[in-house]
Amino acid sequence: MWSFQQAAQQIHEWLSERMSAGWALALEMVLAGLMAIGLFAMLGLILVLMERKVSARMQVRLGPNRVGPKGMLQTAADTLKLLLKEGLTPDGADKWLFHAAPIMAIVVSMLLLAPIAFAMDFQLWDVNIGVLYVSAMSSLMVISILMAGWASNSKYSLLGAMRSGAQIVSYELSAGLSVLTVVTLTGSLQISEIIRSQADGWWIFKGHVPVWIAFVIFIIAITAETNRAPFDLAEAESELTAGFHTEYSGIKFALFFLAEYINVFVLCGIGATLFLGGPMPFHIGSWEGLNRIMDWIPSSVWFFGKTFLLIFVIMWFRWTFPRLRIDQLLNLEWKYLLPLGMVNVLLAALIAIKGWHF
Amino acid sequence: MGVIRYLRDIWRGAVSLARGMRRTLYYFLRPKEIITQQYPDNRLTLNLPERFKGEVVMPHNENNEHRCTGCQACELACPNGSLKVIYKYEITAEGKKKKAIDKLVYHLELCTMCNLCIEACPSDAIKMAQTFEHSVFDRSQLIKILNKPGSKIMEGVE
Amino acid sequence: MYHETEILETRTDAEGHEWMTINVGPQHPATHGVLHLVITLDGETIVKVDPHLGYIHRSIEKMCESLSYRQFIYVTSRMDYLSAHINNHGCALCVEKGLQVEVPPRAQVIRVLMDELTRIASHELWWGAMAMDLGAFTPFFYAFREREMINDIMEETCGARLTMNYMVPGGVMHDIHPNFQRRVKEFLKDYKRKISEYDEVVTENIIFQNRMKGIGILSPEDAISYGCSGPVARGSGVHCDVRKHYPYEIYSSLQFDEVLESGGDCFARYLVRMREMKESVRIIEQLIDNIPEGDFQAKTKAVLKLPKGEFYSKVETARGEFGVYIVSDGGTTPYRIKFRSPGFSNLSVLDKLARGNKIGDLVAIMGTLDLVIPDIDR
Repeated sequence: MWSFQQAAQQIHEWLSERMSAGWALALEMVLAGLMAIGLFAMLGLILVLMERKVSARMQVRLGPNRVGPKGMLQTAADTLKLLLKEGLTPDGADKWLFHAAPIMAIVVSMLLLAPIAFAMDFQLWDVNIGVLYVSAMSSLMVISILMAGWASNSKYSLLGAMRSGAQIVSYELSAGLSVLTVVTLTGSLQISEIIRSQADGWWIFKGHVPVWIAFVIFIIAITAETNRAPFDLAEAESELTAGFHTEYSGIKFALFFLAEYINVFVLCGIGATLFLGGPMPFHIGSWEGLNRIMDWIPSSVWFFGKTFLLIFVIMWFRWTFPRLRIDQLLNLEWKYLLPLGMVNVLLAALIAIKGWHF
Repeated sequence: MGVIRYLRDIWRGAVSLARGMRRTLYYFLRPKEIITQQYPDNRLTLNLPERFKGEVVMPHNENNEHRCTGCQACELACPNGSLKVIYKYEITAEGKKKKAIDKLVYHLELCTMCNLCIEACPSDAIKMAQTFEHSVFDRSQLIKILNKPGSKIMEGVE
Repeated sequence: MYHETEILETRTDAEGHEWMTINVGPQHPATHGVLHLVITLDGETIVKVDPHLGYIHRSIEKMCESLSYRQFIYVTSRMDYLSAHINNHGCALCVEKGLQVEVPPRAQVIRVLMDELTRIASHELWWGAMAMDLGAFTPFFYAFREREMINDIMEETCGARLTMNYMVPGGVMHDIHPNFQRRVKEFLKDYKRKISEYDEVVTENIIFQNRMKGIGILSPEDAISYGCSGPVARGSGVHCDVRKHYPYEIYSSLQFDEVLESGGDCFARYLVRMREMKESVRIIEQLIDNIPEGDFQAKTKAVLKLPKGEFYSKVETARGEFGVYIVSDGGTTPYRIKFRSPGFSNLSVLDKLARGNKIGDLVAIMGTLDLVIPDIDR
């Protein structure tokens, strides 16, 4: 059966036969980079369209339906429009930072892609601190937002950036603690190791109570980290017009927009990997027939399916809830999620030591 | 007790959020509830109520006759001067001078569709049409002459 | 008048806190129109709100002085365009008071029915827009779905969806459409089912409640001294429903409650409007099957002339007390007209309510004040 891992292997062998190891590696890197960029563009188009369709259905309307079949090309047309649009730089802006901020945002999202396992044994970089790497990288997102807010020389942008700073720094803790729950149970920070530990069942089933709590906290935390409603205070349309990217237009705005969606994808992918087994198929104990059918579905489909399910949940949040106020947002983190997360890590440690998980 | 209340608050909050999410999911799963009308596509089936106030028109019968006597009641009733009656005197068969319209000029760009002119008209010469696609590229196209060229007043309308 | 330097300057208070002045509006998603607020901030906390008006001033009062008593009514739909019917109603009442015309019972019932439908439609829009201000977009579409049904009913009977100009001195312009009663009943049936959705999606939501409760508390004394009316004052427990205390048309014979809440905060104002929608449904249910037969319009002269003197009448719009004051010198046009619009007085408490709160609260407070900017500027 065809799989990403085999394809990668074949390309590697094909290249190795024809050239020296150094050249083969260099070419493979270029290829991986191109694929990452391609995935980037595809994800941007698909996720934006998905968001618009999901919101439309929830809001009893049709959504984009004019450009292409069933509006499929709407986002492509929008991208084209944004590319052609004039990028304004406000008077008095810190030009250098202003131009660097969106690039920074997109670079951070790209770096985040590295340790994601898109299929079984198919990763760009299987670093042994994979989960830590994602946590560290995702906290860099705040820097691009602060840069954008500060450099715009606009009061709305500044307010949005400051809000975002407080928000992302706080929610980083909860996300870290909930990731730690799974790491405690697995005993490894390496993504491939975490996936392999779920071969006999996903952590959400195996780890029961502490993992359920951690999963909920993780979903809330990544919603906040990616600045999406109900935690979209950095943009807060009705309060700050557009928050930190008020002054951005054209392609620079598009880069921020794209970065937001890629971050959602990557963090949901991490969530799917940690809690839902990533590319691992769904197995039920001794039901051999079902298990074989599940194995037959390619692992990449499992990964993308789970990730898109989590993305749907996050979109579902966005189109249902009102926005929190800044102090309530911090209250939620420091008074509810963080204490719960800490108790939860203790519980997980206890379960891991006693071997009470399945 | 504090811990119990703390946990109960969390539980209640989560339930209230879940109820809202259930409602949005309900609509997500039921595309039949979608109420969007795809306007330019449904032009042919679009039915506007007969009272809809789109623009003032003057109905003519098949003999190119209208009912307007040129009495200027509509012009007086109009709050913002959208209607202007330009009248002339016709010599009737008995040799009398009779007031009749030369042109009934209608400024659609000024009209607010308040229906006061229709109410004021004693001979039901004008009525509201159900058209609503009034956008044009030149403002002057909105100035209309309601009576058709060469039209006459209908027999028996005083 | 504001001075430019005042807006751009960063001011410092006695303790050395730096204040930031920021312009909200005239083009801003939360002001729902061209309202310009100059807010002074200490971090996220609001120190002062300074509304600047006049961006949509069209001198409607002056315009009315050159229009006849039949003509000026249509202009008032353009003030509070969400309760256009009720504005027209107030003007028609004032003219009828001057002419001493008795409105036929059928016309009175139709007028009240239309008023209450307008009130529901207006509160619907407020509900959706306020939820959108707080960051929830979906309720907006649910609200418009129901509002659309009312608009369709209006379109069928009055011929327009927003600025109907249906009230004329002495009655209403047309009789109701043959389908009117059936469609209103259909609407009510549907609406009663849908209104529970509103509670699910917004009212019971914990985030929403936290955003609203205890925010922007308006004391009854302040509500009276600032001249607030409508749901804003009733949210503070002030009895001010014109329909109840100064009944016009057939309101005195109807069974309905004056909705009062004692909290005075945003949530109280929110609940007042939500319950008011249900009261309006109650009123419509009482009347829809009991529309008396008869004329829909009293016989009036072609040219109306009010006797020399001063006339005042007031009605309860969706936003509060709307007063029309006509000074007549006996001619065909008013000598002077003054409209007492509810939005203007309600806006005046904004500064008082917003001080010390966060920017997010300002949006919530503005949402519950239910400002319609053309109503404020006129």
